[in-house]
Amino acid sequence: MKKRTIKIIIAFILFLVSLVISFENVWINSILYIISYLIVGLDIVIKAVRNIFRGKIFDENFLMTIATIGAFAIGEFPEAVAVMLFYQVGELFQSYAVDKSRKSIASLMDIRPDFANLKKDGKIEKCDPEEINIEDIIIIKPGEKVPLDGTVIDGNSMLDTSALTGESIPREVTVGDDILSGCINQTGLLEVKVTKKFGESTVSKILDLVENASSKKSKSENFISKFAKYYTPIVVVIAILLAIIPPIIFKETEFTEWLYRALTFLVVSCPCALVISIPLGFFGGIGGASKLGILVKGSNYLEALSNTEIVVFDKTGTLTEGVFEVQKINPVDISKEDLIKYAAYAESFSNHPIAISLIKAYGKSIDSKIISETSELSGLGVNAIVDGKNILVGNEKLMKEKNITYEKCNEIGTILYVAIDNKFVGTITISDKIKVDAKDSIERLKRNNVKKTIMLTGDKIKVAENVASKLNIDEVYAELLPSDKVEKVEELIKMKSDNGKLAFVGDGINDAPVLAISDIGIAMGGLGSDAAIEAADVVLMTDEPSKVVDAIKISRKTMRIVKQNIIFAISIKILVLILSAFGLSNMWEAVFADVGVSVLAILNSLRVLRVKKSKK
Amino acid sequence: MKKTFKIKGLDCANCALELERAIKKIKGINDVTISFMAEKLVINCDENGADEIIKNVKKVIKKEEPDVEIKEI
Repeated sequence: MKKRTIKIIIAFILFLVSLVISFENVWINSILYIISYLIVGLDIVIKAVRNIFRGKIFDENFLMTIATIGAFAIGEFPEAVAVMLFYQVGELFQSYAVDKSRKSIASLMDIRPDFANLKKDGKIEKCDPEEINIEDIIIIKPGEKVPLDGTVIDGNSMLDTSALTGESIPREVTVGDDILSGCINQTGLLEVKVTKKFGESTVSKILDLVENASSKKSKSENFISKFAKYYTPIVVVIAILLAIIPPIIFKETEFTEWLYRALTFLVVSCPCALVISIPLGFFGGIGGASKLGILVKGSNYLEALSNTEIVVFDKTGTLTEGVFEVQKINPVDISKEDLIKYAAYAESFSNHPIAISLIKAYGKSIDSKIISETSELSGLGVNAIVDGKNILVGNEKLMKEKNITYEKCNEIGTILYVAIDNKFVGTITISDKIKVDAKDSIERLKRNNVKKTIMLTGDKIKVAENVASKLNIDEVYAELLPSDKVEKVEELIKMKSDNGKLAFVGDGINDAPVLAISDIGIAMGGLGSDAAIEAADVVLMTDEPSKVVDAIKISRKTMRIVKQNIIFAISIKILVLILSAFGLSNMWEAVFADVGVSVLAILNSLRVLRVKKSKK
Repeated sequence: MKKTFKIKGLDCANCALELERAIKKIKGINDVTISFMAEKLVINCDENGADEIIKNVKKVIKKEEPDVEIKEI
């Protein structure tokens, strides 16, 4: 790139000298122009010749060469040099901008760990993260990246999670906490037991996702590639016609004048400005989003997000914390302790938030040896044999299904009905908290022209309505089984307008099928479930619903910029074509229409990278 | 079968599009995308004779864009 800059500067000086000083011998001027041209444009001419032999005649090197040599041929020496100069400056600027945006996006994603410190037989050995196995012990020093997912077994520290989540406040970790690869250890020495191999760890998954994002192209990109396919040949054909037909019809006009106009056409015929600015815009949009912890799996999804009309939220874990707490224990003919114990044991194999809260409330360690034959009853609850007793824990429907007589509990919250050997032994009330930014997010969605917000939940209608009214959600559908959610979303997809899109936001627990059928599936707190990351189109690294609004806003901004670029580039090109057909524009303006427009479009695209974090 | 390559040295976005079109014509290629920005070539080709197909892809790239280097990742 440096060499190119020097070439351009030397050529430019020669060009200026020749332009300003009129030597007595005109030949000196001409020779200066030619030298200047060769310095700046020789490599283009060589490429053009090479391409002709390969049958690539609509290549931009070829077009520029023909146009400038043509200009020489009709005696427009300064013009020929200036066009080549301007073209090279533009190209230089273009590659600079492309390079810069590539780098800035690469640095956003600079989370790949280079090594891991493996602790083996009391010694510490530096090795490739890929060689580490599950259960291995690794040491993470302050300032180092966490190379693999694991659990802290010794030490405590602050972790910088910003590369993963966009969250700037460091997270405190201590013994027993799970940590994710890709975070940076800031303060203390940590000893970690590895829980996932490198290929399955968070950092690999994120990199995979982002690196593959560019292979899914949006409609706008496909439009431009079709446009480019026809645009250049058409303009070249018109240029040839322009050089041949008018001189035959208007006998009194100069042939060189028409040739000049035709050459100008050739300069404008290159579609590069358009072709570069569109993918660059999307690339920037995806990069800017990942800076906020929003991973978009493809340009097509970013494009779709901008047309979001309906946003469907799952309730638990999405709008609410999903951190349940046992509020009340109502035993019937059994002690409180036993009731919570059996419930906790029965649920202990599940990772559902309800199960976690039960285990927490029980407070003692679970002896898994006494549990057998566990099974999940989708949408109803769980069944397990604990200590030889048949335990059922679930909702009211479960009791009905199993024909167990029970006492109805009317508290607000999630009510778990427990039965031992088919005899009802009491209820446990668990309730959930609404997320801090949930209400604001719904309001901002409406401000951003999302027509409808809907909440789906497997929870009871009373709980659901309570949450929905607090959040101002338009519609609520409660007491849905996972399969009902799929049906409901299919119904809702039919209701929206042709161009509108439906986004489903879930935390990935039990909603992978819904994520997959929605126009845009958004998985939240994305690192929770592999199935969710697989099925989702957009993965939010944190579990804040406000990120959904951010994602929509970034997509709208990206689309705005992409559209501006398309309209700007096409209209300038057409304008210059029309002007030059009538002899009102010269080659300089044509070069502007080519490289100037691409540079402006690139600069415009780079705006997408500048994303602001939404106010909390 | 999906294969991803790093593709370096493409001059312009339009060259990437043209190369994409040329690769698409190769027998056995089901789908191909070149991301100029990410410098990535992703091909989806038949399982049968994959080696032969990839050899052809490399041949086409050599012919269309002699300065471009590709490396499988």
